[in-house]
Amino acid sequence: MNIHEYQAKELFAARDIAVPLGRVATTVDEAVAAVRPLIEESENPVVVVKSQIHAGGRGKGHFKEHPDVSGVSVVTDGIDGGIEAAEARVRELAEHMLGSTLVTIQTGADGKQVNRLYIEQGIDIDRELYLSVLLDRATSRNIVMASTEGGTEIEEVAANAPEKIITEEIDPGFGLLPFQARSIAHGLGLEGDTLKSGVRFLHGLARAAVELDTDLVEINPLVVTIDGEVMALDGKVAFDANALYRHPSIAALRDATEEDPAELEATEHGLSFIKLDGDIGCMVNGAGLAMATMDIIKTVGGEPANFLDVGGGADKGQIAAAFKIITADPNVKGIFVNIFGGIMRCDTIAEGVIAAVEEVGLEVPLVVRLEGTNVELGKQILGESGLNLVIAADMKDGAEKILELT
Amino acid sequence: MSVLVGNDTKVLIQGMGKTGRFHTNTAIAYGTTMVGAVHPSRAGETEVFEGETDHSGVPGREDTYRVELPIFRSVAAAVEATGADASVVYVPPPFAADAIMEAADAEVPLVVTITEGIPVADMVRAKRYLEGKATRLVGPNCPGVITPEECKIGIMPGYIHTPGRIGVVSRSGTLTYEAVYQLTLNGLGQTTAIGIGGDPVNGTDFVDSLAMFNEDPATDGVLMIGEIGGTAEEEAAAWIEANMTKPVAGFIAGTSAPPGKRMGHAGAIISGGMGTADAKITALEGAGVVIAPTPTDMGAAMLQALVPS
Repeated sequence: MNIHEYQAKELFAARDIAVPLGRVATTVDEAVAAVRPLIEESENPVVVVKSQIHAGGRGKGHFKEHPDVSGVSVVTDGIDGGIEAAEARVRELAEHMLGSTLVTIQTGADGKQVNRLYIEQGIDIDRELYLSVLLDRATSRNIVMASTEGGTEIEEVAANAPEKIITEEIDPGFGLLPFQARSIAHGLGLEGDTLKSGVRFLHGLARAAVELDTDLVEINPLVVTIDGEVMALDGKVAFDANALYRHPSIAALRDATEEDPAELEATEHGLSFIKLDGDIGCMVNGAGLAMATMDIIKTVGGEPANFLDVGGGADKGQIAAAFKIITADPNVKGIFVNIFGGIMRCDTIAEGVIAAVEEVGLEVPLVVRLEGTNVELGKQILGESGLNLVIAADMKDGAEKILELT
Repeated sequence: MSVLVGNDTKVLIQGMGKTGRFHTNTAIAYGTTMVGAVHPSRAGETEVFEGETDHSGVPGREDTYRVELPIFRSVAAAVEATGADASVVYVPPPFAADAIMEAADAEVPLVVTITEGIPVADMVRAKRYLEGKATRLVGPNCPGVITPEECKIGIMPGYIHTPGRIGVVSRSGTLTYEAVYQLTLNGLGQTTAIGIGGDPVNGTDFVDSLAMFNEDPATDGVLMIGEIGGTAEEEAAAWIEANMTKPVAGFIAGTSAPPGKRMGHAGAIISGGMGTADAKITALEGAGVVIAPTPTDMGAAMLQALVPS
């Protein structure tokens, strides 16, 4: 589960992780009202207006409705014109940004609607760094990853200058040890009081990652201010969905408007669903088989419309929900159901498919491939149902048949 | 011969809920020796399992079964009383890592964890706890381990398996069933099928499994099924290149998976661009593994790999 930058910074601030002063705004008036206290408290006439969406590349992104407005705008009007000038500029920006569609390299061409702004104090930056805490699957441990190349995508650094990436492994029995934090800080070139500030920041971040069950905490850029303080200028946090049960306050931070409605509905029914751009809908049991089904559709020349795993023990209700989600996509021109019945019997699947079609209706071709427990009975039930469907001999045959029919 | 489990394996169950009870029945019906269950507050009770065996009607074998399974208060007490040498964990996700560590503390040699949805941090801790201990973990989030007609630990349908020559190791449940069934239909059969699970942090990996199959005299070849994410397949490829004396065939799921979905933004970096299906296929083919182009061809790829070149 992902959260917004302003939510991440609230979590950081509560855990001894330095962040700039800021206020969230959902209306133009709230955005304007944030300016005066920020400038007075920070004693810095500059403020920054940041769009809050779950996607990166906001600073380089632009609004569809206002191509000259960037997703993140630095307001310098306060330097010469005072607080009133800064407020006027923030009002103008907020009017353009709130409710408009921001397109960044991560949102796709459709972009995302901006419903919240974060108004933040200006920071006088000396250096930009990179810092993250994430799982290293090869060692089954979290690692701290740092780099002097702040503001750049870390994948780019890894490809072009891997020697500029510093890592330290966190032993779950001990946490990040002080000498490890110092080693990272030294590697980042921090000295004197800035070293202390950096070490404190690193400990705070490593503890937060464990305490909050994060999949990823990424701070890019991490900045050193001209006063020598280490601070998170941006913050991206992703949580382990399997651990949310023990963090109700984190679960409450979920912003459903940032998620694909079909994927949300699928989650509610215990289905795993990812929307894709193709036109052949897939319904499969098991994640590996679901992925392999997408692959085989592509191999025979088609394009899958989705990934959909109904799981190992889906009931009729879940199968009906899966059908509804697939058929709700206007791009879908045909459906391929691919089931290997293990514990889930093929006759149950067949009955579920029939019930779902009767409930939802079927306006596109349907190919069903069944294998496994009670397969003959399952095929017989489908054959006698009178439904307009094609039964495939195997996976490849099924993929070819649905392609022919669409 | 086989690896991990066989006729002599004595199995405990941790987590006797609805799912655990259901699969205890299917395991006993298959012929697995289940010796006890663990429940902290039901020690001294027994639970009765009875029904028709999977080999009902086969001459010389039992048609029905009735097992009174004793319940123990802890894994240690169960091991002491029964001599169990394997445990299967169906404990719900919030408590599953503790169940794994309890079994390791009791020195159970093999712990097969079926549970799906265990928090990553719990598994990171559990794996740290297992370091230096004799316990081998399989899973979590896996179908289990089966040696056909000898011992079934997990949720796989038993009847699709047949005793034979091929070791199977897989990160995916239903794809394992596909693979196993194709090996049954083409006559190769299986020595043992190991589901290593789909979680980012798991116990036994591809390399462990390949090494066991390499040592097993009954195994003539290995079919491995991987998927996108992480670098376990690349590590397997390097190990195969250096050590494997038997033919290996494989399939990698996810060639069509969109990049970035579900994989953490910075997650791809550790692998240095090696998390994709294409990178895994290239690495495995470089090590001489015959890759099935589609999951329909897994059995055929294994046959092809077995032909001396």
